[in-house]
Amino acid sequence: MDKPSPGLVRSHCVGTTAVVYASDYLNKLTGEKIERECRRQLACGCRALVIDFSDTQLVNSIGISILLGIIDVAEKNGARVVFSEVNNQTVELFEMLGLTRHVALAKDEREALLNLSNYEATQIVH
Amino acid sequence: MEPSTQKLIHTFGALADLGQEIAGTGEFVEMVRTSLHLLLGTLALRRGAVAECVDAGSLRCVAVWGLGEDVLREWTITDAERQELIDAAAAEGLVRYSEKGFISRNLSGLSSAGIELVLPMIVRGEVTGLVLLGGKASGEEFSNADFETIKAMVRHIGVGIHTHRLLEEVAQRAEENRRLYEELRAIYRDTVRAFAAAIDIKDKYTQGHSERVGRYSEIIAREMGWSEEEVEGIQIAGYLHDIGKLIVDRDIINAPYHIDAKRSNDLNRHPVAGYEILSPINHPYADIPLMAKYHHERLDGRGYPDGLTDEQIPMGAKIVSLADSFDAMTTDRPYRRRRSFEDVVRDLRENSGKQFDGKVVAAFARAILKEVSGEVKKRPITKLLGKGYLEGENVATLLTDLIAELSSPREAVTPIKRLTLAGSE
Repeated sequence: MDKPSPGLVRSHCVGTTAVVYASDYLNKLTGEKIERECRRQLACGCRALVIDFSDTQLVNSIGISILLGIIDVAEKNGARVVFSEVNNQTVELFEMLGLTRHVALAKDEREALLNLSNYEATQIVH
Repeated sequence: MEPSTQKLIHTFGALADLGQEIAGTGEFVEMVRTSLHLLLGTLALRRGAVAECVDAGSLRCVAVWGLGEDVLREWTITDAERQELIDAAAAEGLVRYSEKGFISRNLSGLSSAGIELVLPMIVRGEVTGLVLLGGKASGEEFSNADFETIKAMVRHIGVGIHTHRLLEEVAQRAEENRRLYEELRAIYRDTVRAFAAAIDIKDKYTQGHSERVGRYSEIIAREMGWSEEEVEGIQIAGYLHDIGKLIVDRDIINAPYHIDAKRSNDLNRHPVAGYEILSPINHPYADIPLMAKYHHERLDGRGYPDGLTDEQIPMGAKIVSLADSFDAMTTDRPYRRRRSFEDVVRDLRENSGKQFDGKVVAAFARAILKEVSGEVKKRPITKLLGKGYLEGENVATLLTDLIAELSSPREAVTPIKRLTLAGSE
């Protein structure tokens, strides 16, 4: 389900997972739009978030702070967060700053959704 | 890339962004919010807040990130606790939990909210506010390098808050000054109007004349596209244009019929006398004395006191001249009734380029036409002229024709250097 959202952040839902697409430069302006969209999806009942970085070249300090805020809100809502298709430079940054302790990284959106569905299945089995 | 190099690049980028944010002219709360994001994002801290001192005894959060709604956002602080923060900041830049003072009093609330560091912002020996920070997303302890980065950024934020508040104070003072200045201008205008009324009282036949000339001048200037400042100035000039009459014998001013040459000479001294009265005054508007001096000059050089010609006459004086003559023609005199509007338009047409500047006449005609055609809601000219005066069927046509005629090129008038009585006040 593709659905344009306020602030022109591209997103769609797969089951109870929301996929939100980050823009080319994750700064204050774009970061806040993504945060609003993630909050909106969580409020609508999404149980997991995939933030896709396939278009993202650069993430600055404000972007990091906003992503940590999203992770915080997701944790409080009992939702998982997966970052997909993150470029090498940004992966290094996330690892250096410890974001990868709180989110899983996936090669692409498909792998992210697969990981999440496996996780859900595991949860049900247990 | 080496992690340490990448960390340096990330930190430098954040410092550059912080400097830009603080030096910017953005809104205060947004500046603090962005600064907090930059600080948190530099070391990937999960939560934090920036509080500012709102008065001598309290602190209030301006920006909060990652803290629950239940966390207090406002605290009281005593003088002793402020001093404790200043001392702690002087010693190592941040306050560690202690058994007394502000931190200990608020310890349970802050630590249960995940706050690990409290950093006072001290600017010029005063507590500007506090920065509260949670732990690193990596779960690692803060290193010495982290502390230095945090302290440097907190100092920046403190200066930013201090500077913004100072600028706000300056802006507030400037606004107060502007209001005071407006009040002074209003007092000046009211005083001038009262003075104009006093001038007119001397002439029992032309009461309200100066006030009307001021209003007509203002309307013409605005129609000609003058700035509001200039419009105000010409209105004042209109009020004061006849101030020189104060030195003219009351019998001459109030003579019921045309006066003889000697009395005319006495009366014709009033523009120069007005100039002499107004010149020593430091008016808030330019050229008011000159407008009084030259409001009886004519484009063809037959006016007085100096027999100036077209380009030599200041535009303001040309406007006051028309307003003055228009009022003279449209009000009753002891020896005649006021002239019909058709007659007045004929006079303006015949004397454009001789006595009056065609551009000024055209502007006045446009302003009257706007009122007659209902293009404007406010109708000051109609009000000044009294009910019925502008209600004839042909009024709009007369004005349209006059405007059209004045817009087409006319032959230049040859100036005649000769002093004579002008047909106006």
